[in-house]
Amino acid sequence: MDFAAAIMITVITATTPLLIAALGELVVEKSGVLNLGIEGMMATGAACGFAAAILTGSTFVGVAAAIMAGMALSAVFAFLVLGLAANQVASGLALTIGGIGLSGLIGAGFVGTTRQPVPRFEFPDLSAVELLKDFPYISEIAGVLQFVFGQDPFVYVSLVLAGGIFWFLGRSRAGLLLKAIGENQVSAHSLGLKVVWTRFLAILFGGACAGLAGAYLSLVYTPFWSPGMTAGRGWIALALVVFASWRPVRLLFGAYFFGAATVLQLHAQAASLGIPAQLLSAFPYIATIIALVIMSVGRTSIGAPASLGTPFVPDR
Amino acid sequence: MRLDIEPRAEVSKLAQILSPVLAVFVAVGIGGLIVLALGKSPVQALFVYFIDPLSQSWTLQELAIKGTPLVLIASGLVYCFRSNLWNIGAEGQFTVGAIVGCILPLATHGMDAGPWVIVLALIMGAIGGALYALIPAMLKVWFGVSEILTSLMLVYVAQLGLDYLVRGPWRDPKGFNFPQSVVFEPGATLPNLMSDGRLHAGIILALIVVGISWFVLTRTLFGFGIRVSGAAPKAARFAGFNAKRMVVFAFLISGGLAGLAGIVEVTGQIGQLQPSISPGYGFTAITVAFLGRLHPVGLVLGAFIVSLTVIGGESAQIAMKLPLDLTTVFQGVLLMCVLAADCFSTYRVRIVSGGAR
Amino acid sequence: MRHLIKLAGATALVIGLSTSGFAAEKLKVAFVYVGPVGDFGYSYQHNEGRLAVEKALGDKVETTFLESVPEPDSDRAIEQLVRAGNKLIFTTSFGYMEPTLKVAAKYPNVFFEHATGYKRSANVATYSAKFHEGRYVQGVIAGKLTKANVIGYVASFPIPEVVSGINAFMLGAQSVNKDIKVKIVWANTWFDPGKEADAAKALLDQGADIITQHTDSPAPLQQAEARGKLAFGQASDMIRFAPKTTLTSIVDNWNDYYIARVKAVLDGKWKSEDTWGGFDANLVNMAPYTNMPADVAKMAADTEAAIKSGKLHPFTCPVMGQDGKEIECKGKGVLDDGQILSMNFYIKGIDDKLPQ
Repeated sequence: MDFAAAIMITVITATTPLLIAALGELVVEKSGVLNLGIEGMMATGAACGFAAAILTGSTFVGVAAAIMAGMALSAVFAFLVLGLAANQVASGLALTIGGIGLSGLIGAGFVGTTRQPVPRFEFPDLSAVELLKDFPYISEIAGVLQFVFGQDPFVYVSLVLAGGIFWFLGRSRAGLLLKAIGENQVSAHSLGLKVVWTRFLAILFGGACAGLAGAYLSLVYTPFWSPGMTAGRGWIALALVVFASWRPVRLLFGAYFFGAATVLQLHAQAASLGIPAQLLSAFPYIATIIALVIMSVGRTSIGAPASLGTPFVPDR
Repeated sequence: MRLDIEPRAEVSKLAQILSPVLAVFVAVGIGGLIVLALGKSPVQALFVYFIDPLSQSWTLQELAIKGTPLVLIASGLVYCFRSNLWNIGAEGQFTVGAIVGCILPLATHGMDAGPWVIVLALIMGAIGGALYALIPAMLKVWFGVSEILTSLMLVYVAQLGLDYLVRGPWRDPKGFNFPQSVVFEPGATLPNLMSDGRLHAGIILALIVVGISWFVLTRTLFGFGIRVSGAAPKAARFAGFNAKRMVVFAFLISGGLAGLAGIVEVTGQIGQLQPSISPGYGFTAITVAFLGRLHPVGLVLGAFIVSLTVIGGESAQIAMKLPLDLTTVFQGVLLMCVLAADCFSTYRVRIVSGGAR
Repeated sequence: MRHLIKLAGATALVIGLSTSGFAAEKLKVAFVYVGPVGDFGYSYQHNEGRLAVEKALGDKVETTFLESVPEPDSDRAIEQLVRAGNKLIFTTSFGYMEPTLKVAAKYPNVFFEHATGYKRSANVATYSAKFHEGRYVQGVIAGKLTKANVIGYVASFPIPEVVSGINAFMLGAQSVNKDIKVKIVWANTWFDPGKEADAAKALLDQGADIITQHTDSPAPLQQAEARGKLAFGQASDMIRFAPKTTLTSIVDNWNDYYIARVKAVLDGKWKSEDTWGGFDANLVNMAPYTNMPADVAKMAADTEAAIKSGKLHPFTCPVMGQDGKEIECKGKGVLDDGQILSMNFYIKGIDDKLPQ
């Protein structure tokens, strides 16, 4: 395998769960709700996804179960912050705690169980086709095609999600309404928009994405289940939304930037450059801060939805 | 059918105090059902979880020890959260506070330098945490960079920095190359308060901080500025509060107290520097601050509830052999119940037939 | 009449208490783990040891454990276990050393056993295993099987146990292959499957054709298998995670030790001492040698037997340091235990730097 392509595939695998979870959170935050429970929903998604996939033997059922699990937890969160106007930050943190515990209970029976990873797509090798084999650069072209079309299905789902959310928030009526609600919930309400209902759907979507990201961890990334396997990725996803200034295309780049930084530091270590391992491990975090500072120079707003984090209780 | 909430015209003090109690009862009910489903006695669970820890001197002291860093950090976070600043990096400020605070205790090791070391250590710890919090503050003020990202990322950087120090330059030379510093001299540790337990003087510091913080937030112009700049930023500007300066002050206070918590924890109960000095106090304190409704005294109750679930959970694992994950779930459920109950005291909640809003 | 009923109730209560009092004469034994028992690695194996104690000694003992105990919280956790009536407590992570000693000083009638530490007291014993013996055998296998002459090493933290493991691996490899190189990635974690997987991938990308690890999850093994590369498992027999390319695993085997120590307390013969054993004490096992030619498997088995019988010592002098100078030989023709237990240098041929 080509060295650069190999590194890129590692970067893609490291990035995809972050991207999926962050895209969900982006929609939630755009509607004006801050859900800090991503880590808990991801953990539960990973456990439920793996458990269901083992029990039924079907990856599809596993993924569906993970999505449902994420949605179920996010529904609890929605009940607290929408139904009861509870504090969003604290409710999200409580959800993280509860979700991590729940994942342990669900997964306990599956420790040490193994299953094959979800396969990558196989793109036919053109250089082996009789008619094309003398075509100039055919092996390079075949390599590129294999790279572009030969990833696991989740990677394409994450890209489609990014594009879809970009379209939804920027072009669709429903997306504009969702943004309006996130920017000014009081005016949106007085205009007759369904603030609570919209936010409820957004939170469920965020939960589904977090669950899906969890399934990626336990079904593709490292196909087994173990407690604590999310290892703080939910928090990174949260930071990436901020990094992207709540914009889906920037989120796509930001997630890949972070993923690339984490993989590159491992390569730097393997190459024995003589730099302390702790400094290299800190590199992705420092690089993210510096990148954000550079991008922020000259801008006045950080782009956060104005109603973010404030509970909605209509006056009457 | 839909759930309808509206603010109560008057929020009674009694309801505010009773709501967490009610929440505990509901959570106990839910937890009891789970325990029953596992075939264990819910009565014993209740006893182990709530009665035992509150009826013995040793466990009460442990509650206070656990609560001390939470109260200190949350006291600082209140300043950030009240002014709508999302400092989620208290864990990093805690760590840097511990690092900077340890410079003197390590430098004077073996010199029998006396109790001034601990005093200076505490001050330096607070300064270290404050300076570390200044990074996200200045990045926000100068470049408009969101503090959510910077403060969180700096947590990982701080932890790796500590890791480097205790494995490299600060390693105990007689420690067989294991990653830990020397054990501090008595003069560099916080004194113990009780003979039968581990309660250290940190709790006194925490309570003093709570008192001062209450005074500052409710009785001074600065505290007013903090509250206004969060609730109504425009009004704050008209009233003459410099928004940027408020950001810096809020972060300095928050980081300083987190740093103080770090050095208190290290000199009070751990007694040396090691790669892991916190089971996530900086993050837990966020929950504590909000459980206490961002009130400088209310957060003591928040810290109490959180500490109780940790220690009660541990007892339940030991006495009833309940799995750790179950006690974690219960911790989550209890927190959610407290948050939900909070709602019932501030809002009137009704179930109404009809469509959703 | 009501008094009578009360009295009857009270008597029943007293009887109830006293029978449970008899039952409580079981020896209560507790374990403190640093990770979750479901890690299928380090803490999992300690828990296997606990289960072995229960199986072997049946109703003479009652065991309890606390899992995922953060090091700063261990003081309280250990004391809670003492207060719950445990008479023998195993604390299984280095970071529990000072807390164990502190609590032990307060409760002289309770016995403590601290794993991987170096401080003892009248009622605190220490124990650890010579994991580096297993690493040496791995090195021999890797040295024989590598075609690229590059081995990838996923490491956790630079503590002596890990450093001596890297050195022993290299010495084993060099004994059969002079040209071998090792690339090291510090994951800075004991357990993060995703990160360990990425580390393994980075090493494979940089040309390693065999992966070994000193982190606890089976992720590196899986990544190696996904690319058809060979790998070694850690702490428990991990072959189920990569049946086609797992060569062997170093298995921590605490079973015998735990049973022996609990028996010692039951017999009143417990003493504070230091136990540091390897193949000979059955504290370290090698999982079956698989996915390798018979001659290599035989060579591995012979090496294991030689170490076990004492004929071969992984750190036989002369041991050359990274700079090519000979390391002072404090043992009889070998590096002594203290040098190995506090190892903070690399041997010649390792191209990495340790934090000083």
